[in-house]
Amino acid sequence: MTVHLPVLQVVIPLLAAPLCALVRHGRIAWGIALATSWASFWIAVQLLRRVQAEGPISYALGGWAAPIGIEYRIDLVNAFVLIIVTAIGAVVIPYALKSVEQEIDAAKIPLFYAAFILCLTGLLGITVTGDVFNVFVFLEVSSLSAYALIGLGQDRRALTAAYQYLILGSIGATFIVIGIGMMYVMTGTLNMMDLSVLLAELGPNRTIAVAFGFLTVGISLKLALFPLHSWLPNAYTYAPSAVTAFIASTATKVAVYMLLRFFFTVFGWAFSFDVMQLDLVLLPLALIAIFSMSLVAIFQTNVKRMLAYSSVAQIGYIILGISMASVTGLTAGILHLFNHAMIKGALFMVLGCVMYRVGSVEIEAMRGLAKKMPWTMAAFVAGGFSLIGLPFTVGFISKWYLILGALERDGWQWWLVVGLVLTTSLMAVVYIWRVVEAAYFQDAPDEVGEPIREAPLAMLIPTWTLILANFYFGIDATFTSEVAGSAARALMGIAP
Amino acid sequence: MEDNVILRIGAKILIPFILLFALYVQFHGDYGPGGGFQAGVIFAAAFILYALIFGVDTAKRVLPLRFVWFCGALGVWIFAGVGVVTLVLGGEFLNYNVLRHDPEHGQELGILLVELGVFTTVFGVMVAIFYMFAARRQVR
Repeated sequence: MTVHLPVLQVVIPLLAAPLCALVRHGRIAWGIALATSWASFWIAVQLLRRVQAEGPISYALGGWAAPIGIEYRIDLVNAFVLIIVTAIGAVVIPYALKSVEQEIDAAKIPLFYAAFILCLTGLLGITVTGDVFNVFVFLEVSSLSAYALIGLGQDRRALTAAYQYLILGSIGATFIVIGIGMMYVMTGTLNMMDLSVLLAELGPNRTIAVAFGFLTVGISLKLALFPLHSWLPNAYTYAPSAVTAFIASTATKVAVYMLLRFFFTVFGWAFSFDVMQLDLVLLPLALIAIFSMSLVAIFQTNVKRMLAYSSVAQIGYIILGISMASVTGLTAGILHLFNHAMIKGALFMVLGCVMYRVGSVEIEAMRGLAKKMPWTMAAFVAGGFSLIGLPFTVGFISKWYLILGALERDGWQWWLVVGLVLTTSLMAVVYIWRVVEAAYFQDAPDEVGEPIREAPLAMLIPTWTLILANFYFGIDATFTSEVAGSAARALMGIAP
Repeated sequence: MEDNVILRIGAKILIPFILLFALYVQFHGDYGPGGGFQAGVIFAAAFILYALIFGVDTAKRVLPLRFVWFCGALGVWIFAGVGVVTLVLGGEFLNYNVLRHDPEHGQELGILLVELGVFTTVFGVMVAIFYMFAARRQVR
């Protein structure tokens, strides 16, 4: 059965989602979702092991060989992304039980898990497939379910946030499919490997250049690159807590993976960076994103919204690494995919705990909270350290590689990049500190109603699992940096 | 619209043919334009027409919401189930060759079942969406 693991990665959640929609009890749906997410994680681990041992895996759907049929192709890059997505899923689902029971109507809970698992299916599908049209199909599966999930938020503004995301997400998806269509017209194939060969043979071509432009804009919208990020803060702020934790650490990461796949595998990095000069677009946007969004984050009063803006800035770091178009830079980008998923997943889960007990994530409401919810707030501080990038956390590893990548390049402007990375880390100190100050050094507001207690263990354990992962992979980064390094070399076409 | 004789009689005459046409599109999908998606939409359109003329409540006595809901999920299971069966029989996912004694018959059976899955889901979801929109006005 192990040869079928690539397709089972997608099929198991695909089968579980309708099952969740049919059961009437939230807890049963949760049980199905839990089993699915853990099975997916197990499969992802097996796949990564196999890829590490034997090289890329190819799976022909329906037995039709590669350029004609749909191929699932797994190499180190997507095996690593699979690990990220399934690991976050496997941690968020146990956490979701309590949080969702409080935030969502009992009648809608089975549907919530159905949409959640469908979203997981879509994200995994985008990641495993080696067929560009299949990417689009799974993108729609994950996006449509994500809109529904965001719209389930308690606040009525969740509906407008979901609608805004729907409109912008659909524009992004349309741009992507137009780009794919143009490539298909020019080459007659949809298979990524086949495309990369045929596009190289085709040489410079205006249609391909336009397709490249459409794909760049479409994918940038999906991954919330700076001027195209306007859907993200509202969506993250008003979505249910468990959804924010999941989507913030997976959806944009998978979009970044699409960017890597299209620009490095399909078009080839020489075309993307030498001919199309993608770095001239990505680098300034990444730098503006990092700086301006860190600045905006400082002035937010809602902590969830603050972290949402911080996410846009963090995506800037990832894109900064990619735009260096060097092995070290790319390693930094891929590493930060993993590390940022760990950081933001943990922090948004902390906010879910706060939401569960306090009912609000405004800084005002969190005054004096450290005395009542010591473990939750300690988790926030620990996650904050990682976001800032203190040593012994994953945030440090990412920034270390980013700065190494920048220092490798000649020219004074790269020193500015280094300066900016360090400055924005200090800005992260500022916005994390505002929460810490409120929680630890201010007096609690007078309580009305029943006293606030520590969050339930069912939520604390998953949260702390991710926090500890932040420190584990911060102290021993051999696994992540080796995989990210080999993935980067594979993308650049350099033998490992 | 229940007291409008022309609409009622017109709908009653049309609905069987719409249902039949849906089945034609479904089973002719192997040879010409058509297939599960289109057939599912046409099949659902017949019930939506019925609901428009005779009221949603009457339509729900014929097709309860729970049933169309179930159809929506069942279709996915039929589709993916065929794939899982081919896995168990030793082929790749959705490799219909292994379904029957020889590849040609296998392909025919496979595509028929998969299209049936598409049909079921599309039909179920179409009617369910219609019910949802129809229910919105009753709340006001």
